[in-house]
Amino acid sequence: MTVLARTVEATRRYGDVLALDRVSVDIRAGELVGLLGPNGAGKSTLINLFVGLRRPSSGTVELLGGSPSDPAVRRGIGVTPQETGLPEVLRVGEIVDFVSSHFPRRAAKAELLDRFGLGDLVKRQIGGLSGGQKRRLAVALAFAGRPRLVFLDEPTTGLDVEARRALWDGIKAFHEDGGTVLLTSHYLEEIEALAERVVVVGHGRVLADDTMRAVRDVVGVRRVSLDAGELPELPELPGVAAVEREGGRVHLMTTDPDRLVVELVRSGAPFSGLEIRPTSLEEAFLTITAAKEHAHV
Amino acid sequence: MSSLILAHARYQALEQIRVPIGLLAGGLFPAISMLAFAAPFVGDDPAASTLSMGSMMLIGGMSAALIALSISVAQDREQPWNPYLRTLPAGPLPHFAGRLLTAMALMVVSTIPVTLVAAIFTEADLSPVRLAGMIGAVLAGSVPFMLIGLFLGLMLPSKAAIAVSQILFFPFAIVGGLMLPPQVMPGFLNVISPYVPSRGGGELVWWAAGGAAPAALPLVVLACWTVVAGVAAAWAYRRDEGRRFS
Repeated sequence: MTVLARTVEATRRYGDVLALDRVSVDIRAGELVGLLGPNGAGKSTLINLFVGLRRPSSGTVELLGGSPSDPAVRRGIGVTPQETGLPEVLRVGEIVDFVSSHFPRRAAKAELLDRFGLGDLVKRQIGGLSGGQKRRLAVALAFAGRPRLVFLDEPTTGLDVEARRALWDGIKAFHEDGGTVLLTSHYLEEIEALAERVVVVGHGRVLADDTMRAVRDVVGVRRVSLDAGELPELPELPGVAAVEREGGRVHLMTTDPDRLVVELVRSGAPFSGLEIRPTSLEEAFLTITAAKEHAHV
Repeated sequence: MSSLILAHARYQALEQIRVPIGLLAGGLFPAISMLAFAAPFVGDDPAASTLSMGSMMLIGGMSAALIALSISVAQDREQPWNPYLRTLPAGPLPHFAGRLLTAMALMVVSTIPVTLVAAIFTEADLSPVRLAGMIGAVLAGSVPFMLIGLFLGLMLPSKAAIAVSQILFFPFAIVGGLMLPPQVMPGFLNVISPYVPSRGGGELVWWAAGGAAPAALPLVVLACWTVVAGVAAAWAYRRDEGRRFS
């Protein structure tokens, strides 16, 4: 399969801050890739490298066989602006015309606006649109140049359920016609609804790059916490991916909390204050990676 | 490429036109100066009125170039829309050419109030050929100020751009001989006057207004300022590119 965009060992620093740390990712033609991770994980920096807004401090970034800093190469991509920055005094139709004028292959304006439920608003000034309408306009602009590859950064943040589903349908339709999508979100639900492949980033690293199903299983990690003075046999408990101690409190990361609790009780070890909580995405992935690295040492 | 420049100019112009007070602001100060300082003293003298009108037109042009442009560039840079523009398949040329075209259109608009005041209250020569020549000279003389405006807008946050562009504007206007003609300026000002770009611009405009042919030194200085300001603006653009933390 053709690779449309890739980074090879890309590192990006902002002063002392390491935003991306030797990241290698391939985006292949026809894929719908979800980029998942908490705020500050490096998602935006990775997108900025792909769309030519930033250059890597080291490593390489390739887009459609060329460099993202070449405007001619960027004719094949579409990007969503942040809806808070849309020029307020322009009309919806004018901004679509302006963005389209940059591309050799243009989407028909009426059809594009209809697809995102903005057909009646061509003459409306952007400042008079609701937040949701601005959001949809921002996403529509990514498709104005009939791109091969679109980068959608948090496309449905702040939308109600109905508008979100409508947008998802629009993205799916583009993908079914052969379009390639890189989608960022910090909502697992959104990635689940759309993506086939998921890249999870955290602290500037790729923590996982796998199918949706595989990532969902990892995200299913639970944290079992309990007060126990002495549990020397803990590592031998089944299905425990990682153990953390915090004073007298022990935290066990596991994909099967039910079985773990049964085993704990069977072991006869005294404990109190039992608590089972879902982990955040970040916790789940850091746990798994930490466990993996530990196993390698 | 030229269609992209037009698309950017159209987009910039729409933004300006939708906030019409901004169009008037640049032309108002020179028109009032014309009314208060030129009309009562030289209003009866056609040649002197035309020269004064030329100085005031250039002041309006300089303010559109230096103040308005630096503020709008600095403000746009603070909007999240700006990085999006950089992802569109166009280099910096269409964007900045579009801005300069719009700034030039603004300059032409800013000459209207002065011209009206001159027509009503003075004997200034307002033949179309004369006016066209003067507007052309204003545009040519304002080029370094547009580039300085770009440079300031790309270097400074908008609040600083507002202050710095105004602080620079008045000394340029005064030392260039636009507020008081060089003939009545104090001696020390006349010594440094040829070295500011506003003097070269002034000489061009006065020539177009029927005055003496420009001296060589101010024109050479004007060309030097244009080159230096152009290099500085290009440098500031590149510096800005890798700057923002996002």
